[in-house]
Amino acid sequence: MTWEPVIGLEIHVQLKTRTKMFCRCPAGFGAGENTQTCPVCLGLPGALPVMNRRAIEWTVLLGLALGCEIPGQAVFSRKNYFYPDLPKGYQISQYDMPSCINGSLLLPTAEGDRVIGIVRAHLEEDAAKTVHIGGHSGRIGGADISLVDYNRGGTPLVEIVTAPDIRSADEAKRFLQLLRQTVVELGISDAEMEKGTLRVDANVSVRPSGSVELRTRTEIKNMNSFNFIARGVDAEVERQIGVWESGGEVRQETYDFDAAHGKLTARRAKEEADDYRYFPEPDLVPVEPSRELVERLRSELPELPATRIRRIETALGLDRATVLVTGGLDRLWEGTVTAGADPVASANVIANAVVGAGVEIGAVEPAELARLVEARERIPRAAFDDAIAKVGDSGFTADSYLAQETVSNIAELEPIVDAILGANPGQVQAYRGGKEGLLGFFVGEVMKETQGKANARVVSELLRSKLSG
Amino acid sequence: MAPVVDTLRLTAEDALALVERKEVSPGELHGAYLDAIGERDGELHAYLRTVETAEGASIPVALKDVISTKGVETTAGSKILSGYTPVFDATVAARCKASGLTLLGKTNTDEFAMGSSTENSAWGPSHNPWDPALVPGGSGGGTAAAVSAGLAPWGLGTDTGGSIKQPSALCGNVGLRPTYGTVSRYGVVAFASSLDQVGPVAKTVRDVALLYSIIAGRDPYDSTTIELPDPVRLPDAERLDGLRIGVPKQLESLDAIESGVRAAFVRSLNAARELGADVGECDLPTSYRYGMPCYYLIAPAEASSNLARYDGVRYGPRTEAATYREMVERTRDEGFGPEPKRRIMLGTYALSAGYFDAFYGQAQKVRTLLIREHREALSRFDVIATPTSPTVAFPLGDKAADPLAMYACDLLTIPSCLAGLPGLSIPCGLSDDLPVGLQLLGPQFGENTLFRTGHALEQALGFDTVPLRWRA
Repeated sequence: MTWEPVIGLEIHVQLKTRTKMFCRCPAGFGAGENTQTCPVCLGLPGALPVMNRRAIEWTVLLGLALGCEIPGQAVFSRKNYFYPDLPKGYQISQYDMPSCINGSLLLPTAEGDRVIGIVRAHLEEDAAKTVHIGGHSGRIGGADISLVDYNRGGTPLVEIVTAPDIRSADEAKRFLQLLRQTVVELGISDAEMEKGTLRVDANVSVRPSGSVELRTRTEIKNMNSFNFIARGVDAEVERQIGVWESGGEVRQETYDFDAAHGKLTARRAKEEADDYRYFPEPDLVPVEPSRELVERLRSELPELPATRIRRIETALGLDRATVLVTGGLDRLWEGTVTAGADPVASANVIANAVVGAGVEIGAVEPAELARLVEARERIPRAAFDDAIAKVGDSGFTADSYLAQETVSNIAELEPIVDAILGANPGQVQAYRGGKEGLLGFFVGEVMKETQGKANARVVSELLRSKLSG
Repeated sequence: MAPVVDTLRLTAEDALALVERKEVSPGELHGAYLDAIGERDGELHAYLRTVETAEGASIPVALKDVISTKGVETTAGSKILSGYTPVFDATVAARCKASGLTLLGKTNTDEFAMGSSTENSAWGPSHNPWDPALVPGGSGGGTAAAVSAGLAPWGLGTDTGGSIKQPSALCGNVGLRPTYGTVSRYGVVAFASSLDQVGPVAKTVRDVALLYSIIAGRDPYDSTTIELPDPVRLPDAERLDGLRIGVPKQLESLDAIESGVRAAFVRSLNAARELGADVGECDLPTSYRYGMPCYYLIAPAEASSNLARYDGVRYGPRTEAATYREMVERTRDEGFGPEPKRRIMLGTYALSAGYFDAFYGQAQKVRTLLIREHREALSRFDVIATPTSPTVAFPLGDKAADPLAMYACDLLTIPSCLAGLPGLSIPCGLSDDLPVGLQLLGPQFGENTLFRTGHALEQALGFDTVPLRWRA
């Protein structure tokens, strides 16, 4: 029997508003512990929340980008539970009436668009940050001291919940890359996993291929990179298949993914089920975004990443198009192509050389990059690499690098090639015996001899004809 | 020597005139009230703490201890907030200060404003100035007793289900519970957010209207507030010609209403007729049958959540324990008295999965009905009149052991609170030598009508607010 993974994701995106969700404290990193706090976000007696209008608008904007319906009324509720990172004893969160419902994100694939349903996107406030010292595993249970930094408490957080429409760990990863890029381009969040401004939990189950049932799912938390998510999901899928195939039953549990060991650890089961006793937050009035606001925000939507992948894939193929768009590279690529460079060559140079050199993409002048792409075969490799590394510097021009031509003159190269073949009879024999991969070795030797100035293509051809002769 | 000021009779309006004419300084006036407190509050325990120096250019004000005052301890009558000193002023406190009022002190309250007698205060009960063996009502018994005994010209209370109106009735004062949303709750220790309102207590309707004008209006720190559609008008008319007063027909069959209270109520309706008002019958079928149970689901539900923040983590006393959970449990067990615990449990239950629809959800539907039937009644009448409290002040200890008997004190005040409507209580006579309160209810933002009605009746009834035992 073959098995099909069924995966849904819950994604938390921290909005980069200037102030917090329900008070006027600055939101953001870097300040000293507990310095960005006030009576509201410390939960002092009598303090009341006041909504951050910008956060509401950004949530609606995100909802529109995800094709969601924007209900005429959204309601904040209280989610009640005790924890030291929750100063009021409840979290204010949209619950049964969220800002955005029933959307989808189209994930371009080779077999057409995969429609990943977005069940909802709702707004809530983030909890404070806790550090537990002593004890084990950094948990509050058994810790000697627990410290709380309320700076993060009250930062606006959007939670996006997908339908269980994702069918592989790789698809989960590609979905997240596309979603992240969408969020970043809307300008509403930095969405960086390592900083915690993007957090992902995965709900995973498996079922026999061809079946439509939904079996018991488990939740995986604490995965702090896209690759870890893919590995965590793969590991869990494998585990569940093992459980079913050995006649067992998958239990509803929560796992942490330990990336260092590639292992899943089940969290200790709670003695009783959570009951958050949700009820509408009486200190706030319902959010009622006007039709005009929603239409204005809709008109402000930029062309979205998924659309751009579809637009440029005809020239590049899906994989290259996806890499460019989800890497935020396709605008530069378009400029470079418009300036006359070859589309595929431009894509490769940008995705590999430019990114590899750590160049700031936004600073690159496309016309200059186009000249480098176009000339990359004519100039020495070292000159090209050097030029790429500096292509984002202010005032960069390609001219000084383009002046250096490669050596393509066969009369000049032939004696060098002959000398190298003569000096390596063993390798020559091996090549002729079928080890054609040794061509790279000979090319490298020629490059060494010419200090990188030889035209690699000319050298390769020359070598091939001599070695086959 | 400070000029002699008879704080027992002095209205806020008269006090303001004295200060304005510079016959007394704000400091002297403040001192006169502190002297009165020194003289009479040993017996009454209206104040939890006083402020010794006057910081303002006008007259003093007393604030219920649920109102945050910057730099002055605010405990909400609870041990769990002992030693808690706010770093900010509640908006109402800030507005009082901005208009020059000097903070005289913080008055006693049932713990977290939960009660009808102040007997639930962790710091001991207050006593009724008319007879110290009796309760002053609650939860705002401290403010009411202070005003009645001349220990403050006026003060602020908070009202969730009757905590301004009922003590005002039992102590012979005027008290206003404003329309929900007209006065900021920012900085007011929350009991039940959808019901809590701050309001003034004073000796006259004009004083109440004046203090209301100081505190009312939209506050950017409280999203449930709005600007008053009409400015507050100080009442001066003595006639009520054309005013339509509705009396709920359900009152007749409410056995809880004492006969002396009923008699005083009937006398005030007659007085209203003589002033030109038309008194008729209105129908509030759901209010007195389901108002109480509805209130005792919604208020505890919200309270169970509002009181979750008292966990010993950030402020207030903490009972140390081996684990976080145990620390929170022990802190709350030792910090809360029986009434908050009772309501936290009630509310937690009402909100629990599987019970929400039957309790909290159902109560919200009843609330909608109450709003509707009040609106219907107030489309035919300008004002609805009832007694404020079914009884006069009762002895301390009488109902302390019987929560349901205590809850029944608010039978007549609760329904309009659930409907978010304003209510004014004015003293309308005596029963067994104790004050009886008349409750006047109006439509949303109907405060000016209530002031006009209350003022005219006040003049006609000529009630003397000074407790009998202190009359010369």
